[in-house]
Amino acid sequence: MTTTTPASKAPTEPPVKRRIPKLSINLRQYGIVAALAVIVILFQILTDGRLLLPGNVNNLIQQNAYVLILAIGMVIVIIAGHIDLSVGSVVALVGAVAAISMNNWGLPWWGAVLVSLLVGAVVGAWQGYWVAFVGIPAFIVTLAGMLIFRGLTLVLLTGGTISGLPAEFTAIGAGWLPSYLGELGGRDVLTLALGILTAVALIVFQLRTRATLARLDLPREPLASMWIKNGIAAIAIVWFAWLLSDYSGTPIILIVLAALILIYNFVLNRTVFGRHVYAMGGNLFAAVMSGVKTKWVNFYIFVNMGVLAGLAGVVSTARAGGAVASAGQNYELDAIAAVFIGGAAVQGGVGTVVGAVVGGLVMGVLNMGLSILSVDAAWQMTIKGLVLLLAVAFDIFNKRRAGGR
Amino acid sequence: MEHSIILRMNNIVKDFNGVKALDGVSLEVTRGQVHGICGENGAGKSTLMKVLSGVYPAGSFDGSIEFEDHEVAYKSINDSEHDGIVIIHQELALSPYLSIAENIFLGNENATRGVIDWNKTNREAALLLARVGLNENPATKILELGVGKQQLVEIAKALSKRVKLLILDEPTAALNDEDSTHLLGLIDHLRTQGITCIIISHKLKEIKRIADTVTVIRDGKTIETIDMAGPDATEAHIIRAMVGRDLNNLFPPREPAVGQEVLRVENWTVHHPVDVARKVVDGASFTVNAGEIVGFAGLMGAGRTELAMSLFGRSYGTNISGQVFKDGTEIQMRTVGEAIEHGFAYATEDRKRYGLNLIGDITVNVSAAALAKLAKYGVIDRHREYKVADSYRQKMNIKAPSVTSITGKLSGGNQQKVVLSKWIFSGPDVLILDEPTRGIDVGAKYEIYGIINELAAQGKAVIVISSELPELIGICDRIYAISEGKLTGEVAKADASQETLMHYMTAGKD
Repeated sequence: MTTTTPASKAPTEPPVKRRIPKLSINLRQYGIVAALAVIVILFQILTDGRLLLPGNVNNLIQQNAYVLILAIGMVIVIIAGHIDLSVGSVVALVGAVAAISMNNWGLPWWGAVLVSLLVGAVVGAWQGYWVAFVGIPAFIVTLAGMLIFRGLTLVLLTGGTISGLPAEFTAIGAGWLPSYLGELGGRDVLTLALGILTAVALIVFQLRTRATLARLDLPREPLASMWIKNGIAAIAIVWFAWLLSDYSGTPIILIVLAALILIYNFVLNRTVFGRHVYAMGGNLFAAVMSGVKTKWVNFYIFVNMGVLAGLAGVVSTARAGGAVASAGQNYELDAIAAVFIGGAAVQGGVGTVVGAVVGGLVMGVLNMGLSILSVDAAWQMTIKGLVLLLAVAFDIFNKRRAGGR
Repeated sequence: MEHSIILRMNNIVKDFNGVKALDGVSLEVTRGQVHGICGENGAGKSTLMKVLSGVYPAGSFDGSIEFEDHEVAYKSINDSEHDGIVIIHQELALSPYLSIAENIFLGNENATRGVIDWNKTNREAALLLARVGLNENPATKILELGVGKQQLVEIAKALSKRVKLLILDEPTAALNDEDSTHLLGLIDHLRTQGITCIIISHKLKEIKRIADTVTVIRDGKTIETIDMAGPDATEAHIIRAMVGRDLNNLFPPREPAVGQEVLRVENWTVHHPVDVARKVVDGASFTVNAGEIVGFAGLMGAGRTELAMSLFGRSYGTNISGQVFKDGTEIQMRTVGEAIEHGFAYATEDRKRYGLNLIGDITVNVSAAALAKLAKYGVIDRHREYKVADSYRQKMNIKAPSVTSITGKLSGGNQQKVVLSKWIFSGPDVLILDEPTRGIDVGAKYEIYGIINELAAQGKAVIVISSELPELIGICDRIYAISEGKLTGEVAKADASQETLMHYMTAGKD
């Protein structure tokens, strides 16, 4: 690493220095997005354009929704310095309860969803209690939970499966918004409208944030970089909508996902709760000595993870059309992998919702691309493992370079 | 003892992404001498030693190094250790669950074909321990030793590697007076055995006592090399070279304006969290008034920090009893949150462990104890947060490119200013500052004293805990001495001398 920077006076001039840390952080954030783009382009070429056929793009969302939902909860758990190995079992348990509540108790679909989220919350509170108030490491508590909740699922389903769920319920995982606005040249107008609206909203939001920063005289990103970044994002969104409109329109689960991403991004970046999560991951002792109620924060983190695992259970049961005892196997590993590919740190304190979601999409695109190429399942697993390893290695390499040691 | 040059570092330049940490440092160390290196934090001392020991491999810096008359190009620590250069870092690098003997020979085991000869290991370890004057069984686990003894184990480990040049980075920073004295004696003793030693220290008294030659580094450059037998060998001279200006007065002037009583503690008793029968603080009663700076003087382990932390939301100890009155009313502080609500602030002695989120930037650290002030309905106003942090950066003169700088990369003095900013922003009435200037250079110390004075001038009640008696005498209005958990004396500024304080601090000991 011999950087032969000329012996200029640059370091003493604040404007130059001020930009250095910002840029390097942003580059790391873009790194994972760039990796996703590279993987998409790679498989688009390898599959002769089949990867981005409208049907496949639609399936990418519906098939991976559960990973993305779990990854959103998991990134919070991991930032706080914990791990949750039980989410796959919770998905199966919630799926079983949901199916039984509709088929045996006669609950309507929305009642089943509420019961599912409630079961998730109770599971989360159970695990949160042991982690936060008893002080057992989350690894142990959730490893136990992995067995407990899988066992309970087997008890509930007595080894069999429950199928024949109501159509309104399965639509959550495998349905689309109705074509309220009709079709235009075979394309769903609502989907196109939503895409354009989202893109416009993104740009407007960015411009407004920028105006606020300018009004308060706070440092801002260079105008050009902002336009390039958001321009690309806006185009990608509209193009994405264009593809979906050609298939069956907007998957219902996409709306749910978008809402979750917005909400949790806000929670982590803007709320006191989110700040406490980062503070505890960065230095638990310092957080305690700053008056953070660390036990309660830990408890809520696990309750939240439970609720999201419940939602993931609803989604994957709906998508599968029935509950099986073997549902959700290895889901915890998919979610954890997504979070780490998305730039979170094993020791805690670092990670973003957007990173975790993009990490989940990287895994999803890999799955889909390899399936289209009819790569053997055994090799798919091997390749995914290598990608996880390389992604984290790349991140560590980057940090080392940035840190200079 | 021949007086040849063992080490020559010529015109070393090392930069990090365009920021020069070393800008042409040269250093000559005479064989068999103790060579002191002085400089403010961030002056480049540690970087220089990392260049020497190969942590920064040859090629990543400019300039040349000659060791024992050969030009060397170390690629790693192993290379430099092979030549007999051993560095002992400020943060000790021992494995707590391994024994003394295992640690001494870690990476250098007495083994034949991978099988360790434990008898030989323990026997040699015992010999090495005798050489450093540590009377412990080689099978003792490191976690059972205090910091001072751990330091000696590190030196024994260095001796096992047939060290020729021993580098000690702030060796006494965490040691009490007794251990420091022993360590300095050991260095003296090693000198008679022909081992050359480089010692980096902030404590000029020690440097003066032990070093034959001192090199002062400032802003990545060699400023001066001083012969400690010569006429320039005064603390004042070294300080001037370190800071580039005279520090006639180590403490900024202050007109105390002491008001009403703010804090009164009565009969405060705290038991050890594990060894529950032991009283760590025993019936302490004291008062602090508005605008007053009150010192707590005590030796290591006297119970100073334990007293402060147990008051601050019971963050230390069990079976705590006693009463706390604030402005005349009794209050309860069962959690840190309640303590903050009652207007208490505690700036820890261990800022890396208890004070800062080191991977977080300056803004999140400054706001950490008072997020509620910046939030509405649980949502943080991040623009205001930035402004607040930036105002503290300017007010406290925190040297960082911007408030989005990561605190872990700041120097000790600047980190301390971030900790102080955090607690000042929480708007306390009672500030407890535990070792506020530990590991901080002379210039930054002066600034911190200025900040403490200003807090008192604003009418806050300030408690300063410090191991450095001149510091307490210099800034405090009143000083309590604490020994074995008991308050053994109370001395007004006018009557305070190191001798009186030390008398009370050692009361009850033999």
